[in-house]
Amino acid sequence: MRLLWTGLALAAVVLFCLGPVLWILSTSLKSPGLVDDRPPSLLPDLDAGSYRVALEGRGFLRSMGNSLLVAGATTVLTVLMASLAAYPLARMAGRWRGPVLGLVLAASMFPQVSIAGAVYRMLMGMGLLNTHPGLVLPYTGLMLPLAIWMLTGFFGRLPRELEEAAVVDGCGPWTTVWRVFAPVAAPAVFTTAILVFIYAWNEFFFALLVMTDPAMQTVPVAIAKFPGQYRVPWGELSAAAVVAILPLVAMVLLLQRRIVSGLTTGATKG
Amino acid sequence: MRAALPMMLPAAVFLCGFLLFPVVSTMINSLYHDSPLTGREFCGLDNYRRLAGDDQALETVEFTFVFALSSVALEMVAGVLIALAISRVVLGRGPLRAVVILPWAVPTVVAAVMWKYIFNDQYGLLNYLVYGDSVAMYRAWLARPATARLAIIAADVWKASSFVALIALAGLQSVPQQLMEAARIDGAGPVRRFFHVTLPLIRPALLVALLFRVMDAFRVFDLVFVMTQGAPAGQTSVMQYFGYLKMFPEQQYGYGAAVSVVVFAIIAALSIVLVRTVGRRGLVE
Repeated sequence: MRLLWTGLALAAVVLFCLGPVLWILSTSLKSPGLVDDRPPSLLPDLDAGSYRVALEGRGFLRSMGNSLLVAGATTVLTVLMASLAAYPLARMAGRWRGPVLGLVLAASMFPQVSIAGAVYRMLMGMGLLNTHPGLVLPYTGLMLPLAIWMLTGFFGRLPRELEEAAVVDGCGPWTTVWRVFAPVAAPAVFTTAILVFIYAWNEFFFALLVMTDPAMQTVPVAIAKFPGQYRVPWGELSAAAVVAILPLVAMVLLLQRRIVSGLTTGATKG
Repeated sequence: MRAALPMMLPAAVFLCGFLLFPVVSTMINSLYHDSPLTGREFCGLDNYRRLAGDDQALETVEFTFVFALSSVALEMVAGVLIALAISRVVLGRGPLRAVVILPWAVPTVVAAVMWKYIFNDQYGLLNYLVYGDSVAMYRAWLARPATARLAIIAADVWKASSFVALIALAGLQSVPQQLMEAARIDGAGPVRRFFHVTLPLIRPALLVALLFRVMDAFRVFDLVFVMTQGAPAGQTSVMQYFGYLKMFPEQQYGYGAAVSVVVFAIIAALSIVLVRTVGRRGLVE
């Protein structure tokens, strides 16, 4: 009896989480005629035409490339600077830690619209609209607070004695950080990088403002502005959506432990 | 540590350049009439006066609150239920957890497209599930204010419940089994065990999830942009979308800035209250 209830609950959870994704997947594999069927058919006739049009005809692969480049560069830049900032924060004595972390947390909650106008003018002034750096720079500013917050949490859990021992053994500050601390901290840095990458890959507000040239669009912009003149081409849009999710599905399957530990740091202590 | 300041400098420069300076600049801009038509001219608090009398803006704020409070409430409940369901599983927990993470990892824009299609008036899954083959009965859910609002909430609940579930699950795993055993032996049923043992223990984790969810929900933009663009008649417009409309498509830089400052102030006030409540329970230290 108990087993039955658990089974039902789990089935409900899986249906809730996967249902909408499966529906899009089914639509993406329908031939154009079947997509227009009313009432809609639940099962596809396994036609790959929508994928061909979305990927070749509509330049969606180029958008994937833009997203990869922007999210990748943002991740490297953010994690580098956040690690530098988080290390002293995690090792700092009591008094300043709380206020600085509070400020960092507050900064991660800025509504995009409250900075969009000025950032847009700044990027225009530097001639960076519709360029990759034009998105990487503001993204780095946006993602830094979260990355600093997570890394400070992770670094704080690493034993201080490690570096103290290194110093006693005669290591200078840089040797201590690079030879002793960095190897231990690498998993935390990697975890943070995964989350920053996902957030950058998914960001829409600034991408919408900065990348107005269709050739420069990132994936979310390409999907939000999917070209359809009088009616939405649902089959092709679904195919594009599935392709956009694929890298994330791969990351979730391969790296779920790290994603979970990244999301829950700060929420549960030690 | 002597190297502390130089180490924090690059991040500090970026935060000042891309967060602090822009906010201050927006605040200054909000004191100007500024649009391609009128040119730029100092106007004191005119923009804020106009905003206070702008019915559309007030409706937008109202719906943002309705949206944020109802979707976060539903997400907290759904998230805890999901976490409770998975926490019992021993075999195959990995794949199951991957399934639960998926909605969180899906870009919001993609989630919005999926739900827009589910609520579609012609080919939508919802119409099919409700009315089956009676095509003539199919409804345009996104064309009516009440159902369009519910649709946006549904999309958000789908996407964000998984975040709450993951954090609740991490909290659940730290609940000592002996405690549950003891409660069971003392004759507490599952419901009492949940409310008197589990819930108090996972409360700190849930409060953090609540903080992040509330702040995110008040900043909703992508869902509205993709699903309704505020239609019908601005009934599904939200604060960030309204500010974006004024500032960019309508090019009312001054008025848009005033809207943005108010959005900023509302979110700042909320986050101070929440961080203080949650922070006291050991978030920062």
